Amino acid sequence: MQIHQREGSALTGLKVVFVKELQDYTGSVKMLILIGLILLTAMASVYNAAQTLRSAVGEDPFLLLSLFTVAKDPVPSFSSFLGFFVPLVGIALGFDVVNREFQNRTLGRILSQPIYRDALLFGKVLGAVAALAIVLLALWLLVIGSAILFLGVPPSGEQVARAIVFYLTTVLYGGIWFILAMLFSVLFRQPATSALVAIALWLLFTVFWPMISGLIVQGMKGSVHPLTLAHIQQGLARLSPNTLYGEATLAILNPSTRTLGPVVFTQLQGAVMGTPLPFAQSLLLIWPHFTGMAAGLILIFTLAYVRFQRMEIRA
Amino acid sequence: MDAENVIEITELSKQYPNGKLAVDSLSLNIKRGEVFGVLGPNGSGKTTTILMLLGLTEPSGGRASILGLDPLRSPLEIKRKVGYMPDTVGFYDELSGYENIDYTARFMDFSAEERTRRMQESLEKMRLTKSMHEKVRTYSHGMRRRLGLAEVLVKQPEIAILDEPTQGLDPESAAEFLELISTLNRDENLTILLSSHLLNQVQAVCDRVGLFSNGKMLISGSVDELSRQIIGGQYTVSVIAAGSGLRDILSGIEGVQSVEQAEDWTYRIECESDVRAPLAAAITASGGQLFELSMQQHSLDSIYKTYFKEAANADTSA
Repeated sequence: MQIHQREGSALTGLKVVFVKELQDYTGSVKMLILIGLILLTAMASVYNAAQTLRSAVGEDPFLLLSLFTVAKDPVPSFSSFLGFFVPLVGIALGFDVVNREFQNRTLGRILSQPIYRDALLFGKVLGAVAALAIVLLALWLLVIGSAILFLGVPPSGEQVARAIVFYLTTVLYGGIWFILAMLFSVLFRQPATSALVAIALWLLFTVFWPMISGLIVQGMKGSVHPLTLAHIQQGLARLSPNTLYGEATLAILNPSTRTLGPVVFTQLQGAVMGTPLPFAQSLLLIWPHFTGMAAGLILIFTLAYVRFQRMEIRA
Repeated sequence: MDAENVIEITELSKQYPNGKLAVDSLSLNIKRGEVFGVLGPNGSGKTTTILMLLGLTEPSGGRASILGLDPLRSPLEIKRKVGYMPDTVGFYDELSGYENIDYTARFMDFSAEERTRRMQESLEKMRLTKSMHEKVRTYSHGMRRRLGLAEVLVKQPEIAILDEPTQGLDPESAAEFLELISTLNRDENLTILLSSHLLNQVQAVCDRVGLFSNGKMLISGSVDELSRQIIGGQYTVSVIAAGSGLRDILSGIEGVQSVEQAEDWTYRIECESDVRAPLAAAITASGGQLFELSMQQHSLDSIYKTYFKEAANADTSA
C-alpha cells in the first residue's frame, strides 16, 4: 500500500464552514424554542431563589453563588435546571449535523470544493460549540445581572471566579452531549434515528442510570466491604456525565463542600465543619471531573472523526 | 488537432468495502476541449470513476491523473480547477440560490468583489438572475440543475465534470440544458466529462463517448466510429417490395453489405453508402413492385443495444 502525502492544509476552508454553521444556528427555529424554554425556567428558578435569599442578605458571604443553587419547592435550582436542559441543547445542535448534509445531498457539492473533510467536521464542531457558548454566556450574564438587581449586592472576586468555572463546566457538559449527538449523526443516515438514539441515551443517564447503578450495587451487597461498595457505587454513577456535572457544580458553587466521595470519620479529624474551602481547593476537588469530561469529549470526537473520514460519499 | 490529455486514467479499480467491484481496471484519456460522454446503465461505475478523479473516494488500484495532478496527493488543487456537479445535486432549501452558491464560492480564495462578479456572471449565463434571491425550496428541477451548473461556472474551471446532468429533467429542459453545455464547450473551450444513462439525449453534444458496463469501458470513440465498429455498415435501409428473387438482386448492388429478409416482403439492407436510388431502380427493373423505401441512421441507443446483445451472446457462448 502506497503512502500518500496530502498537499495543502487540512484546515483550508475551516473559517467558511464555521461562519456558515454559526449563522445557521442563530437563525434556526429549534434553537430559538430551546433557548426560550431555558430562559423561562431559568428566570423562574432565579426569581424563586432571590425571594428566598432576600432575607439572608448580609449573612451569606456567597450570595451570588447561592442564587445558582438555592431551590424552593416546587421549582428546582438553576444549576439542576441546567443539568437537565443543557444536554437537550447539545443534542438539538448535533443530532443532524452530518446526516442532514447527506439527506440534502449537499455533501458531494461541498466536498468537491477545495476543502478536506477534516475542515468540514472541525468547522461544524467549532460552530456548534461557539453557538452553545454564546447562548450559555448570555444566560449566565442574565442571571448575574438580575442577582445584582434583585439583591443589590455586588459579587466578590472569588464568587465571580467560581461562577466563571461553573460557566466553563456547563459549556463542557453541553459539548459532550453535542459531540455524542454528532457521533450518532455520523453513524446513522436518518436524522430521526440519530435524534431518537441521542434522546434515549439522555433519558438513560438522567432517569435510569441512578436506578441501574443502585441495583448493581445492591446485588453486590454482603460480598464486598461496605467502603469498597461505596466506591463502586460512586464509580458507576460517575460514568454518567450528568453525575459528573452535578458533582462539579456542587463543589464549585458550594464552597463548604469538602469532598465528593465517601469519607471515613478519621479523615474529618481536625476539620472545622461548615467553613468554606478556598477557590483553588474547590478547583482541585473538581479537577478530575473536568478532565474526565474533556477526555470523554475527545474520545467521542475521535470516533466520529475516524468514521466520517472513512465514510463513502456514495450510499 | 493534437491537444494534450487533461485526464489520464490507467488501470483504475475500485472495490467497495462490501466487496462490490465498481470499477475494474479502467483506462481512459480525455483531451483538452473535448466533450466526453461516459455512458452506461445505472451501477456501471460511472459515478465512482468521477469521485475517484476528484479524490473524493480512494481507488483500490491503478492511478488517475487530472491536469497532471494526482487526486490522492493534491485534491485541493484539483478541486480549484475542476468543477463538479453531482448526479443528485442538492442545495440548502432554506437558503436562496444566491446564498447557496455564495457559500461554496467562499471556499475559493477570491476577493469579495471578484466573487460577486463571477457569481453574477454565471447566474446570468444560467438565466437565474431573476430568481436568485428566492429560496431554493421554490426552485423547479431544471432551475436546480442550472444553479448547479452556475456553481461550477463560478470557479471558471478548466474541466467540468457533470454527473447525469439531465437526470430528472423533462425532454425539453434536458435538450435546453445540453444546449447550454455545448455552448460552454464552444465559447470557453471548457473540457467536459459528462455521464448519462440516456444515450440518445447526449449523443448530440458528445465528441466522443465511452460505453460502460460493470465497471469496464467496453468501447470508446465518436458516435460515427462506434456505429461503423459495432453495426458494420453505417446505414440500414428497409425496403418493402414484392417480386421474385429480389434478395439476390439486392445483394448484387454495389455498396450493399448484407440483405436480410425479415418478412415476405420486407428486407433489411446494411450498406456503406446511400444506395436508395440504385435499390429502387433495380427493383423496378426486375419487374418488382416497390411499396416503401426508407433509411435509418444509427442512434447511440441502437448501437448500445446491439453491442450489449453481442456481448451477452459472446458471454453465453464462451
